[in-house]
Amino acid sequence: MEFFHKKTTYPFMATRKRWYLVSAILIVASFVSFGVRGLNFGIDFTGGVVLEFTFPQAADLEQVRSALGKAGYGDAAVQSFGTSRDVLVRLLPEKGQDVNKLGRGVLAAVQSYESGAELRRTEVVGPQVGQELAEKGALAILFTFLLIMAYVAFRFQWKLGVGAIVAALHDPIIILGFFSETQMTFDLPALAAILAVIGYSLNDTVVVFDRLRERFLSIRKGTPGQIIDSAINETLSRTIMTSLTTMLTVFALLFFGGEILRGFSTALTIGIVVGTYSSIYVASAIALDLKLTARDLMPVQREKDAVDDMP
Amino acid sequence: MHTYPAWKIWLVAIVMLVALLLALPNVFGEGPALQLSRNDRAAFTELSQASVTAILAGKGIPVEAAYPEGDRLVLRFPSVEQQLKARDAIHEAAPREYLIALSQAARAPGWMRALGLKPMSLGLDLRGGVYFLYEVDVKGAVTQLLSSMERDYRTLLRNERIPFTSVEKNDVAGAVEIQLRTGADVDRVAAALRKQDPNVVLETDTFGEGGSVTVTLRPEQIKQRQDFAIQQNITTLRNRVDELGVTEPIVTRQGIDRIVVQLPGVQDPNEALRVLGATATLEFRLVDDQHDALEAERTKRAPLGSKLYQRREGGPVLLKREVIASGEQLVDASSGFSEGQPAVYVKLDARGASQMLETTRANLGRPMAVVFIEKKRIPETDPCNGVRSGAECTEEDVISVATIRGVFSSNFQITGLLAGEARELALLLRAGSLAAPLYIVEQRTVGPSLGQDNIDRGVRALVIGLLVTFVFMAVYYKAFGMIANVVLLSNVVLLTALLSMLQASLSLPGIAGIVLTVGMAVDANILIFERIREELRNGMSPYAAINAGFEKAFSSIADSNITTLIAGIVLFTFGSGPVRGFAVVLSLGIMTSMFTALVGSRSLIHLLWGRQRKLEALSI
Repeated sequence: MEFFHKKTTYPFMATRKRWYLVSAILIVASFVSFGVRGLNFGIDFTGGVVLEFTFPQAADLEQVRSALGKAGYGDAAVQSFGTSRDVLVRLLPEKGQDVNKLGRGVLAAVQSYESGAELRRTEVVGPQVGQELAEKGALAILFTFLLIMAYVAFRFQWKLGVGAIVAALHDPIIILGFFSETQMTFDLPALAAILAVIGYSLNDTVVVFDRLRERFLSIRKGTPGQIIDSAINETLSRTIMTSLTTMLTVFALLFFGGEILRGFSTALTIGIVVGTYSSIYVASAIALDLKLTARDLMPVQREKDAVDDMP
Repeated sequence: MHTYPAWKIWLVAIVMLVALLLALPNVFGEGPALQLSRNDRAAFTELSQASVTAILAGKGIPVEAAYPEGDRLVLRFPSVEQQLKARDAIHEAAPREYLIALSQAARAPGWMRALGLKPMSLGLDLRGGVYFLYEVDVKGAVTQLLSSMERDYRTLLRNERIPFTSVEKNDVAGAVEIQLRTGADVDRVAAALRKQDPNVVLETDTFGEGGSVTVTLRPEQIKQRQDFAIQQNITTLRNRVDELGVTEPIVTRQGIDRIVVQLPGVQDPNEALRVLGATATLEFRLVDDQHDALEAERTKRAPLGSKLYQRREGGPVLLKREVIASGEQLVDASSGFSEGQPAVYVKLDARGASQMLETTRANLGRPMAVVFIEKKRIPETDPCNGVRSGAECTEEDVISVATIRGVFSSNFQITGLLAGEARELALLLRAGSLAAPLYIVEQRTVGPSLGQDNIDRGVRALVIGLLVTFVFMAVYYKAFGMIANVVLLSNVVLLTALLSMLQASLSLPGIAGIVLTVGMAVDANILIFERIREELRNGMSPYAAINAGFEKAFSSIADSNITTLIAGIVLFTFGSGPVRGFAVVLSLGIMTSMFTALVGSRSLIHLLWGRQRKLEALSI
């Protein structure tokens, strides 16, 4: 089976301005969302208490809330977790509060409403640990970018490098925008997924760039736009196949991996779609608009020659 | 194609065989088990093993496997019910001989165990258990050092017969101040301190009649003390965890002042928390029977050289300031009953014993007291029945006052405690005391049912992900797709083998990493196959197309995997816990997929088509 029986010749680069606009709208919308709603950080980053209960039958969230309210935990966030029998209670600690005691109090309050509630999981994260995890997370993203930039700078010509980096920035912003807009809990696994997406998105870009370099050096005629188009077309079926297989397995995680991995698999799902798109319409398109030419991709002359060339 | 090197095929074959062997124990899974360690900490002999199995045989409890592992004896049972029955039976038949822990043991047959083959180790989120992150109060460690200096200096001054008004530590300045009656003694004190420690930093001052000597801690002394405190705390926590009977616990340092404790299988975090964080210890002091304790309580002033305490059963008591022996000098402790009362049997070390001997000999017929000291960390708002210093509350009470009836040194018993307290105190004394207070900054508990659910979900996602990919590849690339599938399966086996070999703990995100790797691992094959198709379309012969496909796809495969590897390595460096598990799986998965796709699939293709003389078309 093949998706494309003959060579495809889609004029990707001709429509790039339209897609720039789409990307720009998405990114601006993401930033607006950060500003208006902000990310709904999990207790990994804020510190706090999370307790997961399983009730013998479907739980009435309102009653759980009121039971907690009576016990003095009115500001606890109560939500169902996966099924209607699973309930997640989340609390942010106030300053100087003993988080362990808080956890025991919530447990007592929930069990006063339904004594058959089974405590499945508790997580207590001190505020300073949360802050450190957040700092570490930010550092991890920063380092990933620095290392990848170093790699791209070493491996590719700067115009391609800029394209690759912009694409790599583009994807996590949109994922974060989605998390902010839907107010889905952003936790450590979701952050891990974002880092994986950065790697994955670049993976896609690099494959296109590899072909692009090859084509620029072998095809001497044609405009840079046409050459880039042919490189993208030639790698198109690979791009789609890999995205599909990865997407299918990530779907398996999204649908069967359970609630704990929800943030993780959601971030990956969006990341794969956006990453595939950005390798074509962001990375390659930017390289084109930076006036990438065959000369840029010529093997680098040795330094000795450069000295000889001097007048 | 005809000249594909044979050694590569052999390499793949050998690697896959080894991988299959390493991954095999995972097929058998785990079963409920007991881990026994002897109370005297000796290793299990054939004889003691036989006596345990005899107990179980007598009760008719079937044992699937019994084998020693390190100092412990592992007994595996067909069901949880029998595991619990067995625990009760052993406990009943030999109550004080063994520490029994409930655990899981691999069901793999004995020969695999003998070869050292183990299944993957599961993280807490998959097997249930508790995770604690402690912060060591390093300031507290310095305070403790100052307190011990304070005690030492008092003894020194007394031995040198130098009159002093006070010896007080100053926590803020990190110093100990000695106030002397006469200024003329300042130099003598300084000389005596220098003799004790030539590098001591001290300042002398005289005013009026009196004088003072201030000893300040050096920065390296503080640093050394803090490092010592953390190391000591780790040792103590390890001992306590062992005493709790937890199997495969993890106690490690994290960063400068943190300690991670992971207790798989533990369900009640509160009990573990209490025992791990407790700072209960004992002190032995002489009772000051020259002065009236009630009078001292009324005036709120203790006579010189004495300190006012409260008895546990009520009423004040005056104790001498000098400590005869303290918990640090204990070498062993066990709990039991003495004349129907809960008791702790203790054994002192040589120094403690000689001091005890001297004191009891000199004070026959006079009363001696045992002080129970407990440090707790409580919120500012909660009441503290003792001395509060910041969030730390130190409660001291006298648990027993007894007349010294005879001379004793190293072995004796203490009564005056509740049964539970006696057991816990014995445990704490045995495990050693904490060199600095600990407090918890992160805690995670996963129930066993959730752990099993997580495994089931992860495995289901993996199987479905694999199946879908299999079908997809077979339909799209036909025979070559089947090769990719074989390669993909080998990749999962190889990854499982590596994870089993490294014994890195597998978390739920780790399983997610395996699933993701399945999706991404086929990428290398897709790159190669697409290239082959392209070359065929360009009119190349099948052999040439295969060769060109592998060669030309190589740089793309290498380049693209490196970027994901970078993300994986950064995640490993910055991540913690489950996220780290994901990073390990992701990074390993990239490496195994490169090996299987580049070497494995090529070897397979060669075996299938490489030896045919003429190849008309490829099933791709």
